Amino acid sequence: MSIEVESLTKVYGSQKAIDGLTFNVQKGDILGFLGPNGAGKTTTMKILTCFMPQSTGSAKICGIDTREDSLAVRKRIGYLPESNPLYKEMYIKEYLSYIARIYGLKNIKNRVAEMIDITGLGREQNKKISEISKGYKQRVGLAQAMIHDPDVLIMDEPTSGLDPNQLVEIRQVIRDIGKDKAVILSSHIMQEVEALCNRVIIINQGKKIIDDKINALANVLRGEQIISIEFVNAPTDIDKVFGSNNSIIRIEKTGKNTVDIYADKKSDIREQIFDTAVRNNLKIIGMSQNQASVEEVFHQLTIAN
Amino acid sequence: MWTITRKEISSFFTNIGGFIVIGLFLLVIGLLLFFFPDLSILSSNYASLDSLFLIAPAIFTFLIPAITMRTFSEEYQTGTIELLTTKPLTEFAIVSGKFIAGVTIVLLALLPTLIYFYSVYQLGSPKGNLDIGGTIGSYIGLVLLSATFVSIGLFASTLTNSQVVAFILGAFLCFVVQWFFYLFSKLPVFTGNLDYVIQKLGADFHYNRISKGLIDSRDVIYFASVIFLFLTLAQYSIQKRKI
Repeated sequence: MSIEVESLTKVYGSQKAIDGLTFNVQKGDILGFLGPNGAGKTTTMKILTCFMPQSTGSAKICGIDTREDSLAVRKRIGYLPESNPLYKEMYIKEYLSYIARIYGLKNIKNRVAEMIDITGLGREQNKKISEISKGYKQRVGLAQAMIHDPDVLIMDEPTSGLDPNQLVEIRQVIRDIGKDKAVILSSHIMQEVEALCNRVIIINQGKKIIDDKINALANVLRGEQIISIEFVNAPTDIDKVFGSNNSIIRIEKTGKNTVDIYADKKSDIREQIFDTAVRNNLKIIGMSQNQASVEEVFHQLTIAN
Repeated sequence: MWTITRKEISSFFTNIGGFIVIGLFLLVIGLLLFFFPDLSILSSNYASLDSLFLIAPAIFTFLIPAITMRTFSEEYQTGTIELLTTKPLTEFAIVSGKFIAGVTIVLLALLPTLIYFYSVYQLGSPKGNLDIGGTIGSYIGLVLLSATFVSIGLFASTLTNSQVVAFILGAFLCFVVQWFFYLFSKLPVFTGNLDYVIQKLGADFHYNRISKGLIDSRDVIYFASVIFLFLTLAQYSIQKRKI
């Protein structure tokens, strides 16, 4: 197991940034770490990369505890921090050579040239880091994270600030590299995780909500339909009124007289809803059926909790 | 560690500021030694570099914090500290790498003052009538003092994201270590040899002793301890900020 995280908790003052997080990542996995801002994605990554210590729990990289032998852990990790900090006054090659020397690599010149090639920096390779665009800086950040061919790659929002073409290219780079590594990348963009990862963990307020294979998740996510209804006068005990219908997963009030009913996708229950409403003397003046979009489910999962 | 040292030195000199700092230092020293009459060697009529070693600590109090202020503050400001501390480097390697770089830069700034030494050597009557032992001692004292100031400046830089604050804090701490104890000991409350004991705590006391050409292991140990203290504090401060 490349990454083992066991009931990891980080407390800032009185606030729990992450709360009893447990997960594993195997070699060959590209794990998407999904969650709204402030969910604890970055904190988890900072603990895994030994940038900060956890409050309780344990994290192991390639079987080595981050607290017991942080130096050995750091050797095996490639890390791209969220803000992609770089030494702006250095030249790209100079910077990559510097990082390579820190890792004690041999044959630095070849390795740097190789990384420039892999990340598509060729055209800009003789420039200073301060002179290149954000997308290219991101590539330099990726190159430095992968230069020592680490077993574990941890990337905090690796594709932020890239244009659509660069997005496709960088995703391909990550996919290629990730084949024989354990990769964790964070994002708050659902589609990105879908396009890139084979597993996904959704966390919210420091807790894990979902940990699943991406295909399974997509099915779960797409298995819902939303029926939006407008009443003349919505009852206060709406849950009770429709509670007997087994297809309904949950009901959410969206306005004074409007509700969204989340239901199983298998059958069309609009008729049943209408009948139930009539039986309870409720007047429906609008009804529409939608599929739950990926974003919507994400929104529901992270807000509802 | 050496990788850090190399990078720090090269980034100091790729920055125009680095040359300005060293250039100004040499200019000020040159003016005071050969131009302005108060401390000028030419008007004192003695072939001696004493003036250099008299004014150097005062100039270093400002010069060295100016060199070291960016070492950590900039890393914290730009977030590159996250890059550095997640690489397989111990805090000791980071701090000592930067320390050695700082000392090397100061040595490079001091190197051109050997020209003054040569000039005064030539000007002596008869030629070479100069206390060479004393001068070498003074240089060693100055190097030890600079290393101490570098360690202080580094520590100050770990405390803040702001280079300006790091500079002011560093200069203040250098002043304290160099002169505070001497000035403090002059308070009339210290009787007996208490004032002497307090003076011994200051770098000034040990610097002056070495400057006489008398290299006593106790003085060297004093400087080494102060350097060790501030480098340890710097490591502790980096660790502390990780949380």
